[in-house]
Amino acid sequence: MVRTLTYGALIFFSALFIAPFLWTLLTAVKSEAELVAWPPVFWPEEWRWSNFPESWAKQPFGTYLWNSTTVVVLSTIGQVFSSSLVAFGFARFRFPCRDPLFVLLLATMMIPWDVKMIPLYMEFNLLGWINTLKPLIIPAWFGEAFFIFLLRQYIMTVPMEIDEAARMDGANAWQLYWRIHLPLMVPGLVLVGTFHFMNAWNDYLGPLIFLNDQSKYTLPLGLGLFQGRYDIDNIAIAAITVILCLPPLVLFFFVQRYIMDNALGSSVKG
Amino acid sequence: MSDARRISSRRRPSLAPWLFISPWILGFFFFTLGPMVFSLIMSLHDWPVVGERKFVGLQNYQTMLTQDPMFWKSLGVTVKFAAIFVPLNIALSFLLAVLLNVKVRGTALFRTAFYLPCVISGVALVMIWKWIYSKDYGLLNYALSLLGTEGPNWLGDPNWSILAIIIASLWGLGGTMLILLAGLQSIPKELYEAARVSGVPAWAQTLFITIPMLSPMLLFTFITSLISAFQQLTIALLLTEGGPLKSTYFFAMYIYDNAFKFHDMGYAAAMSWVMFLIILTLSLAVLKYSAAWVHYEGEVKGGGNG
Repeated sequence: MVRTLTYGALIFFSALFIAPFLWTLLTAVKSEAELVAWPPVFWPEEWRWSNFPESWAKQPFGTYLWNSTTVVVLSTIGQVFSSSLVAFGFARFRFPCRDPLFVLLLATMMIPWDVKMIPLYMEFNLLGWINTLKPLIIPAWFGEAFFIFLLRQYIMTVPMEIDEAARMDGANAWQLYWRIHLPLMVPGLVLVGTFHFMNAWNDYLGPLIFLNDQSKYTLPLGLGLFQGRYDIDNIAIAAITVILCLPPLVLFFFVQRYIMDNALGSSVKG
Repeated sequence: MSDARRISSRRRPSLAPWLFISPWILGFFFFTLGPMVFSLIMSLHDWPVVGERKFVGLQNYQTMLTQDPMFWKSLGVTVKFAAIFVPLNIALSFLLAVLLNVKVRGTALFRTAFYLPCVISGVALVMIWKWIYSKDYGLLNYALSLLGTEGPNWLGDPNWSILAIIIASLWGLGGTMLILLAGLQSIPKELYEAARVSGVPAWAQTLFITIPMLSPMLLFTFITSLISAFQQLTIALLLTEGGPLKSTYFFAMYIYDNAFKFHDMGYAAAMSWVMFLIILTLSLAVLKYSAAWVHYEGEVKGGGNG
């Protein structure tokens, strides 16, 4: 009885959560006529895959893709590297003000982006970074509180004896980080990389504020541009939305084990 | 921590830890503290993007509170959104987490389904929903017509537009749900067994075991939802552009417009500080008043049976 009800509710809710995706995918391969039909056509008569290349050609999406890829790759490398360095510093050393500094780090998570958005714009303007990809890449090389916190948790689970043994063998702090801890926290690095990838790939406000020229646009900005036009091109919107969703969805399927394990701890494995 | 002390006591103080944390220290100065101080200074000026800036003291704050109806209007929209979104977000996440915590086959699959919208967020989410809400050929109104009611003009009717944004935002509740699920799974099974043996009904188990044991997680998700609700901007910017009739003109959008449309950087900076203070006050208030009902493992309260 409880089992049946649970299944019923689970199926009902997952249908609600999945339906918007399917609807968008189906919309992307419809014809103009099917698009505006009432009652809505669910299953297109003919799957028009050509909608994808045609929509792609409506704006310089190749350029946007290159810009998005540049931002995502360079900032993800920076984020993983810098956050792991800082996490190691906080997890494995004792130094004056360490604990207050760590509390300060956690507190920065509460600062709304709106407060920093305006002065950051002025600061980047002063540095001549506006209308370049730098504001979207360089700050990621200085670590982010949530990721540092997450990686510190990973390092804390490694027994101190391992560090001591490595020190006995003459390893210095850098070697300890690079040779011992970095390999051990690979699951954490994958997680940080994934979360950062998704944030950077989906980011709309950052590019909106810091970029002006269309030649510098990222994919989300290009998609948003469809919105402002008089003749709203719904098929193109759906097709580009599908393309924009693909990389994070594919990535998620590869790393979902890490995400779930991290959130749910060891209790799910048993 | 005692291990760390053991190691460091054998060593002279070294530069190494500072080198390791230096990226964050530098980033904190250049991308957090610096901008915050700068923003505070800006908020005391009449600061156009180009042209002369002028020190005006607290005038920006004064104008906002006494002469700007749009300030109150947009703050009202944000508060209304937060007041509906935050409880719904937590209640629905809790419900889904409880369902996933029942030991049935295939939960991993359902868990993925609930989490999936989280990975896209932003523009793609808006585009997907715009389509569903469409008055003329939207999926949602079609579903409602099957049920025999005529759906509203979701994005064009000021009475419904905010609800449309709330529903679209709730679609991304996967992260909150995962945190609550993790909390549920860490509650010792013995508690429920003991309750069952003593004949405690299921609803009472939920009320007296699950919710108290989950309270730290509920508190955490409450605060993070609150913070994100106050910053709500992207969805409204793209889905409704603040309309119709400013019914979805969020506080964050008014800040954005002041800065980047009206080029009044000083006023926008002042508004952003007001937002920061509101978030800070609310979070601290929640933390303070939560002490009475949040249960931490291993904590002993005055009564002795905490």
